[in-house]
Amino acid sequence: MALELSNINELLELAISGDRRSLSRLMTKIAESPQIPKFHSESSWTLGVTGPPGAGKSTLIGQMVKHWVTAGESVAVLALDPTSPISGGSFLADRIRMEGDDLGETVFVRSIASGNIPGGISPYIWSMCQALSLCGWTRIVVETVGTGQSEFRIAALVDRLLLVDGPDRGDIIQAEKAGILELADVIAINKSDLPRAVSSAQSIRTSLALSGDDSREVLLVSALEGVGVEKLISTIESCEPRSERNEMIMRERLISEWDSLLVTHSEIDEIIAKLCIGSITVNEAIQILSSSIVQSGE
Amino acid sequence: MRVVIAKPGLDGHDRGAKVIARALRDGGHDVIYTGLRKTPSDIVRIVNDEDAEVLGLSTLSGAHDSLIPKICNHLREAGLGNVIVFAGGIIPERDLELLYKSGVRAVFGPGTPTSDVLDFLEEALLRKQNKHPIGVGDDLGWHWN
Ligand code: B12
Ligand SMILES: Nc1nc2c(ncn2[C@@H]2O[C@H](COP(=O)(O)OP(=O)(O)OP(=O)(O)O)[C@@H](O)[C@H]2O)c(=O)[nH]1
Ligand SMILES: [Mg+2]
Repeated sequence: MALELSNINELLELAISGDRRSLSRLMTKIAESPQIPKFHSESSWTLGVTGPPGAGKSTLIGQMVKHWVTAGESVAVLALDPTSPISGGSFLADRIRMEGDDLGETVFVRSIASGNIPGGISPYIWSMCQALSLCGWTRIVVETVGTGQSEFRIAALVDRLLLVDGPDRGDIIQAEKAGILELADVIAINKSDLPRAVSSAQSIRTSLALSGDDSREVLLVSALEGVGVEKLISTIESCEPRSERNEMIMRERLISEWDSLLVTHSEIDEIIAKLCIGSITVNEAIQILSSSIVQSGE
Repeated sequence: MRVVIAKPGLDGHDRGAKVIARALRDGGHDVIYTGLRKTPSDIVRIVNDEDAEVLGLSTLSGAHDSLIPKICNHLREAGLGNVIVFAGGIIPERDLELLYKSGVRAVFGPGTPTSDVLDFLEEALLRKQNKHPIGVGDDLGWHWN
């Protein structure tokens, strides 16, 4: 273990010095590491992009990347796609939509199969974002499908959150994903080139108005045609992370790190077996697990 | 394994690459598809950034004989000699030797059952685990077919 960690720190140093091979290896090592490295960057700038499948998240990120690169930023994207529950494999397709003609040295894209890590991926994503920031990436974007619990967690781990919805989808958001609508700092309705986008934006505005003095704008964009992207970026850049957000980030970090300690605990299978035959109670199980988690965490 | 499926050059035939990408996903691999029209240096950058263990190249345009050896050289120069390279598409018999000599470990033509491709990857993984030459930078004696 100690060896592993020193390896990770060496990779980090090489990556900070600008070695791209080491940066890439570092990302893999973090994802594979049994104990999540606790990197911390003072100046990280992270954006989560979430929303229903096919809303155009990747295409929109591709547009933002182009814009940022022209403005002299270096952009790293972590693109999450679900793992197939049947085969355990994944088809990581976000990258295709982001690849402009000339992504170069100032853009780093890593595709991640979200289901490969026991205990959920969000603590690892946090660590990767911090490492990327230490390596000098000034815009760090995490794309995630806005469904499922662990995806929700990721949304809470970033400094600012962009929700992307498509036309026809406003009502889905209202009905099922109200939570994510509340978390979002910026809301964009993509595919404004299609007729129903305007009414979709309107229905979201209506639902925001219901919850009182909500000042958030609902922006119309077309990732395909590049319309509205400048305005979107300036809104994102100027968004002051809300004061509740820090508390939310800390809460989600705590919950997801705790989850992952629990799920990767060496005795968990044994304890579940004991619970099944009734030789211990749930309370006793919690006691056993938490006392050894506390010890190993020191 | 983490596999990048790439379409080098101007070739616009993407059905085969997509069929293979889906088949590998269904076989339990994590597959990253690059999309069309990638230059050799694009492909090497993607393989690096994605930290892929395997690179599958699909060409139907006839440009395999210049593009594939170039990509293999770039990979070795970039310190990616561990990457396993294989290929498919329209590749005439007479060019196979050239590709094997460049570091390609298997070539699959039209009508290949996808199970063959999965069998190759299984064998490749075994070789890797047993430290037998399999990467594009390793000794080039062995190939699948
Ligand atoms: C469909 C097709 C097209 C479609 C492509 C649609 C698309 N989006 O893919 C269209 C009509 C657009 C097209 C255009 C052209 N085509 Co065309 N086309 C074909 C055709 C009839 C079938 C290809 C196909 O899709 N097969 C089905 C898929 C599933 O099979 P596959 O691609 O071979 O893939 C299998 C294996 O090869 C392998 N495989 C493939 N890639 C990989 C990768 C890896 C890693 C692995 C492991 C395996 C693997 O596994 C797959 C599954 O078994 C072939 C002829 C043929 N019978 O192959 C000509 C053919 C490929 N085309 C040809 C030509 C010349 C052209 C054009 C230049 C024609 C023109 N003059 O305009 C243009 C070029 C377009 C471009 N920009 O590149 C020639 C190429 C000649 C050559 N290489 O010397 C062919 C061989 C026809 C011929 N006999 O002349 N074409
Ligand atoms: N008409 C139109 N289509 C768009 C627009 N943006 C994206 N699309 C299309 O919508 C489809 C999905 O786009 P993606 O960018 O892959 O969407 P996504 O939200 O990243 O999808 P997942 O990652 O699979 O959830 C693609 O076919 C895009 O070409 C847009 O502004 N207008
Ligand atoms: Mg996407």
